[in-house]
Amino acid sequence: MSHTSPQQMEYNLKVVRQFAVMTVVWGIIGMGLGVFIAAQLIWPELNFDTPWLTYSRLRPLHTNAVIFAFSTSALMGTSFYIVQKTCRTNLFSDKLAAFVFWSWQTVIVLAVITLPLGFTSSKEYAELEWPIDILIALSWIAYVIVFFGTLMKRNTSHIYVANWFYGGFIVTIAVLHIVNSMAIPVSFTKSYSLYAGAVDAMVQWWYGHNAVGFLLTAGFLGMMYYFVPKQAERPVYSYRLSVVHFWALISLYIWAGPHHLHYTALPDWTQSLGMVMSVILFVPSWGGMINGIMTLSGAWHKLKTDPILRFLIVSLSFYGMSTFEGPMMAIKSVNALSHYTDWTIGHVHSGALGWVAMITIGSMYYLIPRLYNQTSMYNVRWINTHFWLHTIGVVLYIVALWISGVMQGLMWRAVNAEDGTLTYSFIESVEASYPFWFIRFVGGLFIVAGMLLMAYNTFRTIRQGSPTVEYVDLPAKATKPAEQPA
Amino acid sequence: MDYITWRAFYTVLVFVLFIGVVLWAYSKGSKKNFDEAARSIFEEDELKAADQNKTKQESKNHE
Repeated sequence: MSHTSPQQMEYNLKVVRQFAVMTVVWGIIGMGLGVFIAAQLIWPELNFDTPWLTYSRLRPLHTNAVIFAFSTSALMGTSFYIVQKTCRTNLFSDKLAAFVFWSWQTVIVLAVITLPLGFTSSKEYAELEWPIDILIALSWIAYVIVFFGTLMKRNTSHIYVANWFYGGFIVTIAVLHIVNSMAIPVSFTKSYSLYAGAVDAMVQWWYGHNAVGFLLTAGFLGMMYYFVPKQAERPVYSYRLSVVHFWALISLYIWAGPHHLHYTALPDWTQSLGMVMSVILFVPSWGGMINGIMTLSGAWHKLKTDPILRFLIVSLSFYGMSTFEGPMMAIKSVNALSHYTDWTIGHVHSGALGWVAMITIGSMYYLIPRLYNQTSMYNVRWINTHFWLHTIGVVLYIVALWISGVMQGLMWRAVNAEDGTLTYSFIESVEASYPFWFIRFVGGLFIVAGMLLMAYNTFRTIRQGSPTVEYVDLPAKATKPAEQPA
Repeated sequence: MDYITWRAFYTVLVFVLFIGVVLWAYSKGSKKNFDEAARSIFEEDELKAADQNKTKQESKNHE
């Protein structure tokens, strides 16, 4: 790198700052909504007899808020940061990046308005109606252009592995969203899917599981491949492994969707194929987990003192756990017990709160001070407090739902030996679940308390700092007259 | 080529390509490039430390 070059350009950290702040804000809203609807399961009167406060309308708002508001804001922000840092260049277009931010926040605000009002396409994780779907597509295409445009004008020869994962996630989500959202509008607020019957179900879960596989996995692996080595101050354990497990992961995930449709109208061979592909997925998933955790080999002592590293490494442990649990649950005979029970919800949250939220929180604690001219948060001890609040919350949550899930599955399948009638009515299984739902609610309170502490810590960090202005030196050979500093 | 044959061919093709990726990734020739790439994310911090002269806070962060 030429330090003598007079030619410099400024990184666009403004859009990263915007996304980072919104990640914290949406995290509190999304997780707070989760706690609220968890409370509604125990105390149904909490819907106050108001249609837009009913569980059925708030639950999709909760999932949209945590996946598309919290997680996706984190992914967009960190990807814009990492692609600039690792490519030694500024963003392809500052205006387009600003459009990505504002259009994406508009999408989320529209979700907050329309879902409680009952406007829904009724496709899980794709509930938003067609006009919003079009805005999502426009926003995402702008995101594709900014990200890949930046990769193309990079000043490095190699594209760092984190960008491969982000790139895979960005391209795939564009394809998934556009294909799954194909619909015929009948009015401004109502549309019907272009697909019908079993095909509709298959397209929906091809989309649904790849939202998990690419948005909630590949994207966050990109985050992991930058922030874990940075915080541990050691290069990634095996760069070769990262290349191999990237290609294995993206070529296998796309096939796993049918495991959401075991024992349904989906053709039997498709179910079996989905099951086999889901089981094989275990291998590349653990490739990423091992690569992340082993990055710390020889420096394990850092875990004792560094709460950010604790967040990052424990998130990888949860990633390993849930990617072992997932393939197991995709096996048809296991699925016969687990499907439609709380076990599934526990599994999702072990991935979402354990893996996705913890890697995000750890990365934000690394990133936020650096975006405001500091190298650590206002109070590092609070990060440690947050770590324990979050960990206790997640463990309470998933253990409670494991037990209630297996219990529900066993109660639903129990039959009386004499005449083959069901031993338990459905409502009996609901009643038996109440204690576990209460534990889940308490776990959620721990998690939201941690997020509120994070928000206060972030607020104090921002207030004592000032927005970072950072330049990158242009290597002489890459200097082109067309490139203007922002 | 009918659809079924194409799908079968495509599956084999992806498998062969994947074996190729593994061989390439673990070949001796790419080791040096990969090691450089893995270390590349640390090069920038040197620039940053020189630019901003934040050594004091930097060390605080490593406690």
